[in-house]
Amino acid sequence: MVGDLSDVRAMEQDFPSTRNESGYQRFRLGDFVFSRDEYFVHIEWRAQGKKLSHTMSADVFLRALMRDVAWNFFYGWVNFDDVFGTRNRYDRVELYAGRYHPVYKEQGLDHSACFDSSFVMQAFRSMLDDWTNVGYDPFAAPAETGLTWQGKKQGHNRAALNRARESCRRMPGLPGDVPLRTDRNRYPINRAFLDVPQDEPVIEAEPGFEHEVHAFNLFAYLSRSDVTWNPSVTSVCKHSLFCPTTEEYILPVKHANDRIEWFLQLSDQIEWRIEDRATGRPRASVVMRAGDVAAMPADIRHQGFSRRRSMLLVWENADPRLPQLYEDGILPPSLAGEFQEPGSVK
Amino acid sequence: MSFTDTKTVFGSLDSYVKGGIEVIDDDRRHYAFSNVFEVASLAKPYEKVVVGKNLRYVIETLRAEGTSDWFTASHDESVIVMDGSVEIDLVKLDDPERIAPAHIEGSIRLEAPPQGRRMGLMKLRRGHQALLPKGAAYRFRSTDGVGVLVLQTIHGPHSVEKWSEICLT
Repeated sequence: MVGDLSDVRAMEQDFPSTRNESGYQRFRLGDFVFSRDEYFVHIEWRAQGKKLSHTMSADVFLRALMRDVAWNFFYGWVNFDDVFGTRNRYDRVELYAGRYHPVYKEQGLDHSACFDSSFVMQAFRSMLDDWTNVGYDPFAAPAETGLTWQGKKQGHNRAALNRARESCRRMPGLPGDVPLRTDRNRYPINRAFLDVPQDEPVIEAEPGFEHEVHAFNLFAYLSRSDVTWNPSVTSVCKHSLFCPTTEEYILPVKHANDRIEWFLQLSDQIEWRIEDRATGRPRASVVMRAGDVAAMPADIRHQGFSRRRSMLLVWENADPRLPQLYEDGILPPSLAGEFQEPGSVK
Repeated sequence: MSFTDTKTVFGSLDSYVKGGIEVIDDDRRHYAFSNVFEVASLAKPYEKVVVGKNLRYVIETLRAEGTSDWFTASHDESVIVMDGSVEIDLVKLDDPERIAPAHIEGSIRLEAPPQGRRMGLMKLRRGHQALLPKGAAYRFRSTDGVGVLVLQTIHGPHSVEKWSEICLT
């Protein structure tokens, strides 16, 4: 959940900021300094007594920052690009620059630092609030939000930044659970999914079971998503979470999970660029079309490319013990060991 | 800005195009890559073929053809209809602990018709997702030829794993 931004001003003294000639605030978290101008975000740090800097498109940075905040730093590593990112250490967050880039690492020019998650969250929310201009929605597809991220500081777009991530307890539409998406609650059908049938299942519940006999139109629910690359939760089986999402253009981060996660492509196509988690070395390209299922191993980073808006079911195991079990090598990073000789059935 | 593709492409048993893996420096088996329509096309009716596995949690693909046996579980499950039309009967078991005690996970097949109160009927089409509540017995009935279901559950005695047969290698 992004949460309310009304309290961020009170926190600014913890990461002192000043405004530059473009009107944007400058932020410092430990030895990391963040600034933006009309086009770019600049990240600075020190290593081996030298000042290092890294520049990203402000558009790319804000899209990544939005996911990191909305996902509460997600599982594992959220690489904003090949150099900068965050690692969720659960209650703590590690910020790094060059840590997982072979050249920065080899030259000793990488830097990382851990902070309390709440502190980084407040800082990132403040950064998002200040650096997002009116009209720009970091969750929207580029075709929907245009180029309003450019230029000198101009206003805010807090409505876009304050969206809450929709996580059901059992299933959307059940009494007391997250509501279904409709025109009435301001979830119109997205322009790319106007052809998706909106019929709801027929439910014939016996008296007394109206709250337990439940189904909904998942594809219609997704057709009304107003965000891209931002999974919601639509069903729960203990730690097993079905997290469907709609994707368009490029996943703004290279996500390196601290556990195996799975994708089930529900519609259209996504191409995944797979790299080694620690070095970024290319490993594979995975093309997923409707009906395809694939695991994302626990030792990779992945980035998706969706040429039109598509529906993807992300499947997560939210067991909090998993990061340590993979880190310690107790669990293998992939399912390769499950394969038997052809024809055998376990 | 306009885009040429305005049609959403879903898959079906009759029309699916499987993707693939371009290996650069890797092993295809790491991705356990399969396709639910292809798996269902080769499966027996309501065979619970595991297509995703995350420790004890699984995603199973079921070929919906005719009427299934009755199943229950000690935990919530959910099902998505990927193709076809399916009806689901639900019965609140009088004694769910006897068939699926809390320490037993996964779908359990009932050996006899369920004893309990009828909860209702759900009629689902492609894209619909239904809750299969814990302690309830359920059965599927395909109403429009052969369909494809995706089940969110936990590995159980009826789960079938055949990774080498279904995955790209």
